[in-house]
Amino acid sequence: MQRHLISAADLTRDDAVLILDTAEEMARVADRPIKKLPTLRGRTVVNLFFEDSTRTRISFEAAEKRLSADVINFTAKGSSVSKGESLKDTAQTLEAMGVDAVVIRHGASGAPYRLATSGWIDAAVINAGDGTHQHPTQALLDAFTMRRRLIGRDAGIGQDLAGKRVTLVGDVLHSRVARSNVDLLHTLGAEVTLVAPPTLVPVGVETWPCEVSYDLDSTLPKSDAVMMLRVQRERMNAAFFPTEREYSRRYGLDGERMARMPEHAIVMHPGPMVRGMEITAEVADSDRCTVVEQVANGVSIRMAVLYLLLGGNEPAVSHARTTEEK
Amino acid sequence: MDTQASDARPVLEGPDIARVLTRIAHEIVERAKGADDVVLLGIPTRGVFLAQRLAAKLEQITDRKIPVGSLDITMYRDDLRMHPPRALARTEIPGDGIDGRLVVLVDDVLFSGRTIRAALDALNDIGRPRAVQLAVLVDRGHRELPIRADYVGKNLPTSLRETVKVQLAEEDGRDTVLLGAKPTARQ
Repeated sequence: MQRHLISAADLTRDDAVLILDTAEEMARVADRPIKKLPTLRGRTVVNLFFEDSTRTRISFEAAEKRLSADVINFTAKGSSVSKGESLKDTAQTLEAMGVDAVVIRHGASGAPYRLATSGWIDAAVINAGDGTHQHPTQALLDAFTMRRRLIGRDAGIGQDLAGKRVTLVGDVLHSRVARSNVDLLHTLGAEVTLVAPPTLVPVGVETWPCEVSYDLDSTLPKSDAVMMLRVQRERMNAAFFPTEREYSRRYGLDGERMARMPEHAIVMHPGPMVRGMEITAEVADSDRCTVVEQVANGVSIRMAVLYLLLGGNEPAVSHARTTEEK
Repeated sequence: MDTQASDARPVLEGPDIARVLTRIAHEIVERAKGADDVVLLGIPTRGVFLAQRLAAKLEQITDRKIPVGSLDITMYRDDLRMHPPRALARTEIPGDGIDGRLVVLVDDVLFSGRTIRAALDALNDIGRPRAVQLAVLVDRGHRELPIRADYVGKNLPTSLRETVKVQLAEEDGRDTVLLGAKPTARQ
């Protein structure tokens, strides 16, 4: 993953397992009365959010504060960006302030990569979601949740997800969560199946390391984890399916469908959930649904990533697949 | 701290280590007047094994279960920024916590004292012990901070050009303390 975390595809298996193991130790800090470590004392992290996302931003903010970093929150709304300032100018402003890391969320795919490789800024760049491209910390927290639930908290240390079968259901086309998860789960040895209406399957999906199916019911009985994706209506510029009712009938998860899953299988959702459409309240509130755990695990994963990228004088993870040194 | 086996000389062997730990266990019972509220916390990696061995000996002496845990100090080190971040080890605090207890920190080698300083910081975030004591297998000197051990297995005056390597059966397959020459001038 080098100095930056741009894409889940950049992580090697060993990098990913190191992050998951580190997150397991970070999770123990959350169980303590004083949830704080001095590890990033004196380091400054900017949360640079060009797109609204309360959930991801506060998760990063909690992680940064638990590691004692100085946190600056920057939202595009009401900033100079709305006056027409470019990403380059914003980056150079941050550079001048001596920022050590930038957590960036941007509506355009590739913005974090540009920030990391253009030479505008010296800081480590962490992608917190770019367009329909990648959301690597989300994929990591999902993998962490699966490892904990399917293998066990202590038994999972040092383990990957080899042989686990994961099904991602819904709006794959607009989902950076799906892309990141397919990359990371493949690296960790899991078998991934995408289930979506044909209109919501991206072009070129046959090059992805996963299976594609249009039939949810036949996939459910052989899944260890079923991840429901949010239908991203805000990104839809055309009619991708006839009606919500139709979508829900074919691709929604209700109690009856959940009963067809194996006993140990879990239901995941990256949030925010649209209850009644992709998931019924009955499923969302059941013990098998890990939505709330995923949120808690998100803080631990982000602490682990921040520690491994910023804790020492160089990142702890290997120069694996891409080489984009500054 | 790696030492080539060829030029390393053992200063403590298996039976010596067992004897030394038995003595430390007795000293703890004596100083803590029965070790009623003692909690042993080992510093990973080898301190944890030593803490477990000490706990077993204390249980033999006092006939009581002695809580034992581990305390990883990685994130409290003052030299974090000088190296790549290392993988974290396990921190495991016994169920009843450490508040109001006598915590005995256990480590293999006492050297600069910086590890123990970090451990004291880490303890601060976990609770408030009644008192904190330190037990080490080897004290090799060269302190950089005003810290000393309460229980010492062996005082080993060393030069900075030497290395001290503790090997324990749980991790290394055998019990021994090796004194050797440093391969390079770098510490």
